Amino acid sequence: MKLNLALGGALLLALFGSLLAGHQWISFDHWLSGDLKSLIVMELRLPRACLGAIVGAALGAAGAAMQGYLRNPLADPGLFGISSCAALGAVASLFFGFAASAWILPLFALAGAGIGMALLALLAGRSGSMILFTLAGVVLSSLAGSATALLISLAPTPFAASEIVTWLMGALTDRSWDDVKLALPLVVIGLLTLMRAGRSLDALTLGETAARSLGVNMARLQWLIVIGVGLTVGASVAVAGIIGFVGLVVPHLVRPLARHSPSALLLPSALAGALLVVIADALVRLIPTAGEIRLGIGMSMLGTPFFLILLFRMRREVA
Amino acid sequence: MDLRFDKLGLTLRGRTILDGVSGVLPRGQVTVILGANGAGKSSLLSCLSGLRRPTSGEVRLGERALAAVAHGERARLIGLLPQQAEVHWDISVHALVALGRLPHHGRWGPVEADRQAVAAAMAATDVSHLAERKAQRLSGGEQARVLLARVLAGQPRWLLADEPLANLDPAHQLDALARLAECATDGMGVVAVLHDLTHAARVADQVVLMKQGCIIAAGPAETVLTPALIEAAFGITVHVGTDDRGGPIIVPLARAG
Repeated sequence: MKLNLALGGALLLALFGSLLAGHQWISFDHWLSGDLKSLIVMELRLPRACLGAIVGAALGAAGAAMQGYLRNPLADPGLFGISSCAALGAVASLFFGFAASAWILPLFALAGAGIGMALLALLAGRSGSMILFTLAGVVLSSLAGSATALLISLAPTPFAASEIVTWLMGALTDRSWDDVKLALPLVVIGLLTLMRAGRSLDALTLGETAARSLGVNMARLQWLIVIGVGLTVGASVAVAGIIGFVGLVVPHLVRPLARHSPSALLLPSALAGALLVVIADALVRLIPTAGEIRLGIGMSMLGTPFFLILLFRMRREVA
Repeated sequence: MDLRFDKLGLTLRGRTILDGVSGVLPRGQVTVILGANGAGKSSLLSCLSGLRRPTSGEVRLGERALAAVAHGERARLIGLLPQQAEVHWDISVHALVALGRLPHHGRWGPVEADRQAVAAAMAATDVSHLAERKAQRLSGGEQARVLLARVLAGQPRWLLADEPLANLDPAHQLDALARLAECATDGMGVVAVLHDLTHAARVADQVVLMKQGCIIAAGPAETVLTPALIEAAFGITVHVGTDDRGGPIIVPLARAG
């Protein structure tokens, strides 16, 4: 509880700070003045910060749920192929040049995520078997990945190809309230679905057999995970592209603070994920480069040293 | 209320695992299931725990078929101690034992009765002093006790234990057997798969001897654990004797024949 309050407070501060920060610092007294500066804050920075928080919360919670479900601290929301399917949908819309309306690309991405979820459920069958489920996810993710590569290689113009590649890197630039309206309800439903899986995830600490003997319905749990991860990850890819490492790193950092309980990890991971993305997005705006660094790339660059630290720590434990 | 199984058959990929076995597991007694590797002991146990649906026949819980009992209620009535000790996250012993109460939780999580059951289970298995330790970092004997405490915290009517003595040293084996016997004295129906014939003979009120998916004998240890039946089940000759206090000793000698 204390942890959630602390993270929530930090998130509010970070949101506040990210409204101030950018190429131009805009102090608080300009926010509601109605001039151009207030327009930047209200129509550009505020939706962008909100979207960052939504995407971060979605990825953080999805990562925590996936790690609990697979009982593997290295599981990532991308593992089940839903993000690849959503990306494929978005890439298809760019490939066919349907960028006429701002709604088309995210809707294609959501359709991709939905098809991915359905395929995943279909491939894994009704057994509730975790191995089948994971294998189905791996198949799906490589299938969608190769289809995406195919579309890039067949792109009608070099411009379309570069547009696709840039989009795939993930970013929160030039997002509007429309994107927030699209993502928020889906992510909220997804988060609530994942929360419902909490108790079953706790039971899985003892392994699958013991969890089932404790009354966990593995088929129901699989549905909760497919729907929860599908909605959160699908919606965040739809509005921000692929942003890696949040789902992997955040649950890792928060886990000791949540006493290693998979259910107690879900909400703090959502809050910490939101915090991380909001801060990282403010940083990529502040770093003085010719163009803005894509958020997806910035995240990967943040994530790699984290992985190195993890590796060294594990090496110490093994030795 | 009894837990009974009636003409249970289990076929997996054309192989017969259980071949129409029947029996009763009374409460207040220790039933030991014995048999060679692959005789179907673990499969019988997973059918009895409701985790595996038999191909034919059924498990009955009193008047009802076990398959018709809701997951949650089944979990409150039948506790299972799996063969494989698994602890996946670095949680404390107390948190691990408390997982045994999950089937009892209402919408709002644990209540006072849950906390008392956890404390009682930890006291019964002598792990109260380990409460704040990390469960993954305990010795094998301590971990076995903690995992048993997890099952006992659920206060099940039946305790099904799959090889609860595996990986324990002799002293901890005796402790574990004594605890199973205590559970039966408290009115629980205890069912354990064991491999040690002497331990089985000493702890069992009823021995179920299995071979190739069939039960070849069931009843009190004296009548089931005879050299002839043991040879039929395991293909070994044994020496059956008694110790100074008149307790049974069964020592495997050689492969028969």
